[in-house]
Amino acid sequence: MSWLEKIFGGTQPKTAQLAKERLTLVIAHQRADEAGAPDFLPELQKELIAVISKYVKVNADDIKVQLEKKGNYEVLEVNIVMPEAH
Amino acid sequence: MTTRIIVVTSGKGGVGKTTTSASFASGLALRGFKTAVIDFDVGLRNLDLIMGCERRVVYDFVNVIQGEANLHQALIKDKHCENLFVLPASQTRDKDALSEEGVEKVLKELEHMGFDYVICDSPAGIEHGAIMALTFADEALIVTNPEVSSIRDSDRILGILQSKSRRAKEGREAVKEHLVVTRYSARRVEEGEMLSYKDVQELLRVPLLGVIPESETVLQASNSGAPVIHTKESEAAEAYQDVVSRFLGEEREMRFVTYEKPGLLKRIFGGA
Ligand SMILES: Nc1ncnc2c1ncn2[C@@H]1O[C@H](COP(=O)(O)OP(=O)(O)OP(=O)(O)O)[C@@H](O)[C@H]1O
Ligand SMILES: [Mg+2]
Repeated sequence: MSWLEKIFGGTQPKTAQLAKERLTLVIAHQRADEAGAPDFLPELQKELIAVISKYVKVNADDIKVQLEKKGNYEVLEVNIVMPEAH
Repeated sequence: MTTRIIVVTSGKGGVGKTTTSASFASGLALRGFKTAVIDFDVGLRNLDLIMGCERRVVYDFVNVIQGEANLHQALIKDKHCENLFVLPASQTRDKDALSEEGVEKVLKELEHMGFDYVICDSPAGIEHGAIMALTFADEALIVTNPEVSSIRDSDRILGILQSKSRRAKEGREAVKEHLVVTRYSARRVEEGEMLSYKDVQELLRVPLLGVIPESETVLQASNSGAPVIHTKESEAAEAYQDVVSRFLGEEREMRFVTYEKPGLLKRIFGGA
């Protein structure tokens, strides 16, 4: 750390926030698994990628499918990060 | 009072289960409760070292289960406080030596001997030894470091507690869960590089029993074979005292969880 950083505070990334976001997902998955979540999710994810790829260019990582329990409901959440339009 | 069985567990290894078991058990005994602490880490016994009774181990948990010794012979009276007894793990057998019936028999016998609390120091992992440690629990201390793999593993062990414990299997009232966040650095949390205890609690959704700061006195205590709760002027010791108080229903504010940033001059001229 340089003396300037020492005085004014460095510009380190706040990795704790990132950890929390990642854990939120991991734990939701884990709890869904324990609750006996349907096992079609990976397959669904694959097919969604295939369909969406027909229209826009997306990476496998840009599509997230998860099932969450909210009270008495189960919510199927599909998140698709679209490439920026040019 | 009937005996309460408390498992100290985490999933992940090396997070502070044995440190916590030793200090928590000692704290309860210091409050006058007749307490036993059992090492379930068969094959990798360590609790005896942390309690400082390694040279007095003659018989162990497995000997008792297999009828080679009786419980009175195997229990070691703690030298630091009254009312506390240690049941060491076997160093030479493997974990399968812990049969469910055997463990149950020993716990029943401790109940007949009038113990108020039995603390079960779980091995890491989610295998047989860890399952045996939690099977008969009434309450659980979930020991977690503010770090991704520890938190995920804690969540795993919570799931197992909720499915494999006797209480769960028999549909009785669920095992009472308590979160203990250990090796906490308020400075690193302040700097955004460590999850805060509030984050950990929010993620795991288990009531918070305490936060134990990262402290050099823990190593010193294990070097000398006296649980850290006995160390004078140690933040970790005081944090463990608070854990015991809260467990017994007393209100205690969280301590050692904030960090004062050193002023500008200090940052220029020294330290930090
Ligand atoms: N609050 C703390 N501050 C500093 N060091 C700590 C703290 N708590 C535990 N440690 C250290 O972390 C290491 C692991 O602790 P401990 O043996 O209690 O963990 P464990 O969960 O029982 O491990 P295992 O899974 O192998 O049984 C030890 O070296 C111990 O001294
Ligand atoms: Mg241990």
